[in-house]
Amino acid sequence: MDLYEHQGKELLGCMGVPVPAGRVAFSVEEAVAAAEELGGPVVVKAQVHTGGRGKAGGIRVVDDAAGASRAAADILGMDIKGHTVGRVYVEEASDIARELYAAIVLDRAEKRPLAMLSSMGGMDVEEIAREHPGAIARVHIDPLLGWSDYLGRRLAFESGLAADMGPAVSEVMARLFEAFVIYEATLVEVNPLAVLADGRVVALDCKLTADDNALFRHADIAGMRDVSAADPQEQMARERGVTYVKLDGEVGVLGNGAGLVMSTLDVVANAGGRPANFLDVGGGAKAEEIVHALEVITSDEKVRVIFFNIFGGITRCDEVARGILTAVDQLRIMLPIVVRLDGTNQEEGRSLIAEAGLENVYSEPTMTAAAERAVALAGA
Amino acid sequence: MAILIDESSRVVVQGITGREGSFHALRNRDYGTQVVAGVTPGKGGRQVEGIPVFDTVRGAVEAEGVDTSLIFVPARFAADAMYEAIDAGVGVVVTITEGIPVHDMLRAYHHARAQGVTLIGPNCPGLISPGRANVGIIPTSVFKQGGVGLVSRSGTLTYQIAHELTRRGIGQSTAVGIGGDPIVGSSFIDVLERFGADEQTEAVVLVGEIGGSEEEAAAAWAQEHLDKPVVAYVAGFTAPPGKQMGHAGAIISGSAGTAQAKQQALEAAGIRVGKDPSEVGELVAGALC
Repeated sequence: MDLYEHQGKELLGCMGVPVPAGRVAFSVEEAVAAAEELGGPVVVKAQVHTGGRGKAGGIRVVDDAAGASRAAADILGMDIKGHTVGRVYVEEASDIARELYAAIVLDRAEKRPLAMLSSMGGMDVEEIAREHPGAIARVHIDPLLGWSDYLGRRLAFESGLAADMGPAVSEVMARLFEAFVIYEATLVEVNPLAVLADGRVVALDCKLTADDNALFRHADIAGMRDVSAADPQEQMARERGVTYVKLDGEVGVLGNGAGLVMSTLDVVANAGGRPANFLDVGGGAKAEEIVHALEVITSDEKVRVIFFNIFGGITRCDEVARGILTAVDQLRIMLPIVVRLDGTNQEEGRSLIAEAGLENVYSEPTMTAAAERAVALAGA
Repeated sequence: MAILIDESSRVVVQGITGREGSFHALRNRDYGTQVVAGVTPGKGGRQVEGIPVFDTVRGAVEAEGVDTSLIFVPARFAADAMYEAIDAGVGVVVTITEGIPVHDMLRAYHHARAQGVTLIGPNCPGLISPGRANVGIIPTSVFKQGGVGLVSRSGTLTYQIAHELTRRGIGQSTAVGIGGDPIVGSSFIDVLERFGADEQTEAVVLVGEIGGSEEEAAAAWAQEHLDKPVVAYVAGFTAPPGKQMGHAGAIISGSAGTAQAKQQALEAAGIRVGKDPSEVGELVAGALC
C-alpha cells in the first residue's frame, strides 16, 4: 500500500526524522487556514500516488495565504497521470542549500534491506543510477542484526558528503531504517533529503510503501488508505475479497491461480485481443465466489466477452462448471462467455456446460482455442 | 532419485487439526507419503485418522523421527511455526501459507540459512516427487514419474505445465513450487543445483513470472553450471508496471522485473522460452529426443 507524502512524513516524524511543519488540506478553505497557521511562505503540493508532480504543475511555492488559496484552487481537481488530486499538503517553505537522495528498499535479490544515499538528490533514482552511476552509496543491512552506526558513516563517506554533514545524515539514515522496520515498509524513500542553509537536514518528500500482508499489525497505517482514489472496480473487488487488477481491454479474464491468470492474459494478447482485467478466483471456485468475481468484471462497461480459464486440480472441473452455471444464471449475464476446463474431471465439466445448452456460453478444450474464440467474440 | 522428498521422507504437518491441514495431510498420506505426525499446540495426544498429534514440533521429532515439515498455520503465526521447525532440527520446511509479512520472511530466510535448513515457500503449493511422495497441495493426477525436474513460482501454472508434459508421455522427477512471495526460502538456483546433481533428472523446466530478478540470475547460473537441457516459461507479458498481479512478488517495479527482460536473459543463456504452456510441452519433448 502506497502512502501519500503527508502520511509518510507523519510516520517519519514519529520516528524522529526531521520534517518541515505542514498540514493536509482537502479544500481551498482548508489550504488557506493551513497557510495562515503556518505563517510565511509555504509550498502547496498535490498529494497523488505517482511521480512527476512538479513537472505537471502540482507543486507551487507561494508567499502567503492568498497565494496558497490560488495554488490550492489550481491544484485540487488537477489530473496528474490519470490521478485526480483530492488533497494538497501545505508545508512551510525551506531554504535549501543542497539536495540529497536517501532510501531504504527491500532488495529481493539479496534478501536484505538496502540503504542508499546519494549527493545527487532531487532527480529520480533510476536517472541518478543512469547518469551518475558512481554517485549512489549502498549498504545492505542484515535483518537479524539490524542497524549499526558504521553503516551510516559508510554511506556518508562513500557518497562524498563533507565530514561536517556526516553525523546528521547518518542519524537520519538510522531513523529511516528504524521506520522501515517498525512500519514494516517495503520502501522508504526521501527525495530530496535537504540540507538547509542553517545546516539542518530535513525530509522534504517521502514515499513510503507499507507491506499489505503486515497491515493486520498496523491499524493506523491500514486506516490511511484513500478509498476515493481507488479505481471503482478495484475498490469493489477489495470489498468482495476478489483479487483483481483493472486493465484496459475488452476481454474479461478470470481463472484459478495467479500464475495461470497472468498466463491467460498473455495468451489473449497473443491471439490479438486485449485483456480487460486480471482476476484470480482462487482455489475453491464455489458459485458464490464466481458470482462476486463476475459482478466485478461485468461492472466494467468495456468488457465485451468473458473468458474463464480453469485448471482443475483438487478443485474438480465439474464443481467449477456447476459454479459457473449457477453464477451465470443468478446474474442473468448476456455477454458471451468462453469456458476452458482442463485437468481433473475435465470431461464431466465440459459435458455439464454442453448439457446446459446456454446460447452465450461456449466451451473450448485448450487455452489457445479459448483465447482465439474469446477474441473473435469481443470483435463481433 | 528425485530431489528434496521421496518415499523415505518422514513428514510432520504443522496445523494438522485445521481444515486445510487435515485434508491435505490425509491426501498426502493416501499418495504414499509417510505422514507420521501432526502438531497443534494444545491438542497433543489426539489423532487425525491414525496420525498422532503433538503439542510441539520437538515432540514430533523425538517420537517419530520426522525430517520434513509441512506448514498450514495462518499467516500471522507462520514465521513462528517455521522457527519452531528449524529449531527442532527438521531439515526441509515447506510452508504453504499465503500472506506472510515480508519482514517476517526476511528473518526466517536468514535464520534457516544459518541453520542449514532448506525452506520451501511460503505462498507455494509444496512439492511432489511423482510415485514417491507428495508434500503440499499439489493435485497428483496430472503428474507421472519420469525425468523432468519442474521448478515454478506459481501453483496452477505448474499443474498446467505438468499436464502438458504428462499428456505427451513425459514424466517428472520432482516438481517444486518455490512460491509467489518477494522473499521465498529457496530460489530457482537452489533448486536447479539439486536437479543438476540428481541422476533421475534429465531436463529441467523453469516457470517464472514478473517481479524480481530470480529468473535472470537462474539463467546466468544455468549457463555456467547446468549441463542438462532447460526450457522456460515466463508469465506476465501483458502486466502493467506497479500492479501486484495476485502474487505478492509479481510486480514490475519501475522498469525492473518485466517478462520481456526475463525472456531475453533466458534466451541469451541458450534457454528456450515457450510462448504458452502448450509450447513448453513441445519444447521439452524436442529437447529429450
